[in-house]
Amino acid sequence: MIAAIALVIGVVLGIVLRPTVPLWLEPYLPIAVVAALDAVFGGIRARLDGIFVAKVFVVSFVSNVLVAALIVFMGDKLGVGGQLSTAVVVVLGIRIFGNAAAIRRHLFRA
Amino acid sequence: MPKQPKPPGPPAGKSEPAEPAPPPVEPTEQPPTKQPVPAELTDEPAAEQPSAEQPAAEPAGGDRPPRRRNRGATVLIGALLAMLGFALAVQFRSNSTNDVLAGAREADLVRILDDQNSRIDRLQSQISDLQAARQRLSLNGSNNAAAREEAQRQADALAVLTGAAPAHGPGIRVLISDPQRALRAEELLDVVEELRGAGAEVIQFGPVRIGTSSAFTDSGAGVSLDGTALQSPYEVLAIGDPKTLDTALNIQGGVVNTVHAAGGEINIAEQSVVSITVTRTIPAPRYATPAGK
Repeated sequence: MIAAIALVIGVVLGIVLRPTVPLWLEPYLPIAVVAALDAVFGGIRARLDGIFVAKVFVVSFVSNVLVAALIVFMGDKLGVGGQLSTAVVVVLGIRIFGNAAAIRRHLFRA
Repeated sequence: MPKQPKPPGPPAGKSEPAEPAPPPVEPTEQPPTKQPVPAELTDEPAAEQPSAEQPAAEPAGGDRPPRRRNRGATVLIGALLAMLGFALAVQFRSNSTNDVLAGAREADLVRILDDQNSRIDRLQSQISDLQAARQRLSLNGSNNAAAREEAQRQADALAVLTGAAPAHGPGIRVLISDPQRALRAEELLDVVEELRGAGAEVIQFGPVRIGTSSAFTDSGAGVSLDGTALQSPYEVLAIGDPKTLDTALNIQGGVVNTVHAAGGEINIAEQSVVSITVTRTIPAPRYATPAGK
């Protein structure tokens, strides 16, 4: 509950403050957001499975974001940034889909 | 929750990126440790730092430590999710409003540039096509305009010559008095013909504009021109070269002599501007139609 409220507060802040993304962060922010989304879905699923642990969630959230950004950074340095960020998005997307399917099974029993 | 017994096995592995191993550990571990810890305690901690937390939570048996820890974790999670929401909103906004190019990669930029260049080429050729078309059309247009202008000029000239339009220009003003009414239609016609012969372009005789169909007729005591009775003195206006017209009237045996012989007076004045405002209405030809067009 608190998490959902915090999420909403963050969205509202982002809309109200209208910050501009610094240039150096621009390639990484989308990937980081997707990675964080993956962590959030994983957390929701764990919660529904009854195995949610705050610490694991926090660690996975942060590490997901950092690793995703790192991969993209490496890719940019190696000259395959575009492909690598696509790969990251694909992998994370698959995981999100899997988690969403598990959540759906929990919620709708279907 | 209801399915608790079943899920721990398979789903646990995938739920968190961390580790598939712990879940199995937990169910087995929990029964022994007892029951008080309901949800929060779960599995992973067992793997990560089992000694630190579990013991703390258990002996307390109560809620103090877990709740405190819980609150800290909740705050942390809240902060993380707030950041996520913030980043989401920012990213949405920057993606929808800003140009996407700022964050694009070099390869993409090169491709976009290529696209733009080829688009420029296409548009350039389109521009030159359209310009050529425009030039063609405007050429046609100016031809049309020139033709129209020429036609208008001709119409104006014809209107002046046929008496349909007022005219002004250099010419002469002639006053012929005929107290004895000795001048007949023939003599008056001579005046007009003399002027015409001298190149008069527009002639007004008395109140009447001379046209191609003008005719002098003797009518009783006087002379009428196109049905209008003329009264002496006759005023004749003619547009043409004043010198030539003057000379033509003064020629030996010409108009001046005739008028004097008839006992009348003739007065010729060369004028730099003669203004003739009387016009004739031109009847539409009933039988003849223009040919050869």
